[in-house]
Amino acid sequence: MVELAVNLFDDAPRHELAVAALKAEARNLNFHYGGFHALKDISLPVYDHSITALIGPSGCGKSTFLRCFNRMHDLYPGNRYQGEIVLYPDNVDILAPSVDPIEVRMRISMVFQKPNPFPKSIFENVAYGLKVRGITRRDEVEAKVEEALRGAALWNEVKDRLHDLASNLSGGQQQRLCIARALAIDPELVLFDEPTSALDPIATASIEELMLELKERVAILIVTHNMQQAARVSDHTAFLYMGEVIEFNDTKKLFTMPDKKQTEDYITGRFG
Amino acid sequence: MEREHIIRQYDLELNEIREKLLEMGGKVEVMIANAMKSLVERDSALAEETIAFDHHINHMEVEIDEKCLQVLARRQPTARDLRFLTLALKIVTDLERIGDQCRNIAKRVLELNTEPPLKPYIDLPRMSAAAATMVREALDAFVKGDAELALKVCKDDAFVDALNDQIQRELLVFMMTDPSSISRAIKVNYISKCLERVADHATNVAEMVIFMVKGKDIRHTVA
Repeated sequence: MVELAVNLFDDAPRHELAVAALKAEARNLNFHYGGFHALKDISLPVYDHSITALIGPSGCGKSTFLRCFNRMHDLYPGNRYQGEIVLYPDNVDILAPSVDPIEVRMRISMVFQKPNPFPKSIFENVAYGLKVRGITRRDEVEAKVEEALRGAALWNEVKDRLHDLASNLSGGQQQRLCIARALAIDPELVLFDEPTSALDPIATASIEELMLELKERVAILIVTHNMQQAARVSDHTAFLYMGEVIEFNDTKKLFTMPDKKQTEDYITGRFG
Repeated sequence: MEREHIIRQYDLELNEIREKLLEMGGKVEVMIANAMKSLVERDSALAEETIAFDHHINHMEVEIDEKCLQVLARRQPTARDLRFLTLALKIVTDLERIGDQCRNIAKRVLELNTEPPLKPYIDLPRMSAAAATMVREALDAFVKGDAELALKVCKDDAFVDALNDQIQRELLVFMMTDPSSISRAIKVNYISKCLERVADHATNVAEMVIFMVKGKDIRHTVA
């Protein structure tokens, strides 16, 4: 009789997550906008030198979650955090009231949906964060600006017009400028909030290529509405729904063989 | 009950592929039965018909491949849809090969029919019926997403293999006792081998169904 070498009918997960160093970790994170409970007990790792994507329908809490990492909710009264976001290697809880949001933003920078350069020159846009950080020596600032622009794959396109207004750049270039601005402060973690939704496919491809290069240097957490983008660039993916993490998995696994039916319904376009 | 896609056209496309595969499966089943009937009844006209019919199977392969590629390009399927489509692409190849095996059987039948009958056929029709059932059940399992039925198909392959071994032993005895039977015995042996391959293709399909449903790749693990 035929024997099968594997047990077919156990449904235990079969893929172990790749072992990598943790860069940050949300632990039992709850967030309230006044009376609205937007994030419900979220625990989620962010691995170093890798890209973690957050996907889910509008209103699921993915942007809210991302913004917690930058303490952006602090600006509005009535917002309330519970739980922790621990940043490694020093184990600091970046949500702790004793931690200065400016300090957090020096280590965790953010790129937004729409390119938002300051109404200043290309050079000044990138140098801005350095000034905040107290770096003022001209040669050092120039070196850092060049390094950041190279890191954002923009240097060759702008090196001869560094003092032009940033608003003269194309949409894709502006977004890369914002990435350069985010990189100039040598962050450890970069947050991307739908960074390509305002860009054409070519500019999108160049930003995606850039993210893949950047993960050699930093950890990346990205919110995207474009599931194919999450599948293309990320190493891990979290599917959020109504403020909860439904599934966190290796991206390879999540898009071919998700553990949860709800994830499958969402990524296959069956969500009703 | 399976949830529908938000884009209804997507469901229609997947259903069309599913139905085409079933239709193709039904056709190869008929081919298996006709090839065997042409052997048992020494019906050369039916054998010719079976050979000519393979053309339809090849045509369906191309058609289903094309439909799968269209969906892959336009819908960027994921998860169960992706598994379904990549499997459909593979299953269609197995079905097409089954058609080729039936054509090969029919060609040997035409040759055998020019010579006196070697022996009454007992085990070959059993083998043929078993292989056809495996094909039908593998496709049923595919359509229903039934891993248990697919596993049964994998296990049934042993029965067909055993019949093939038995037929070969029997033919060896024929050839040893009567050397004038050798050329016919070799052809009959070839037919037996073809049916054994048909069962293997059905097993391939069944293994892929298990992957589609359970996410477990059991290919090359059957001891």
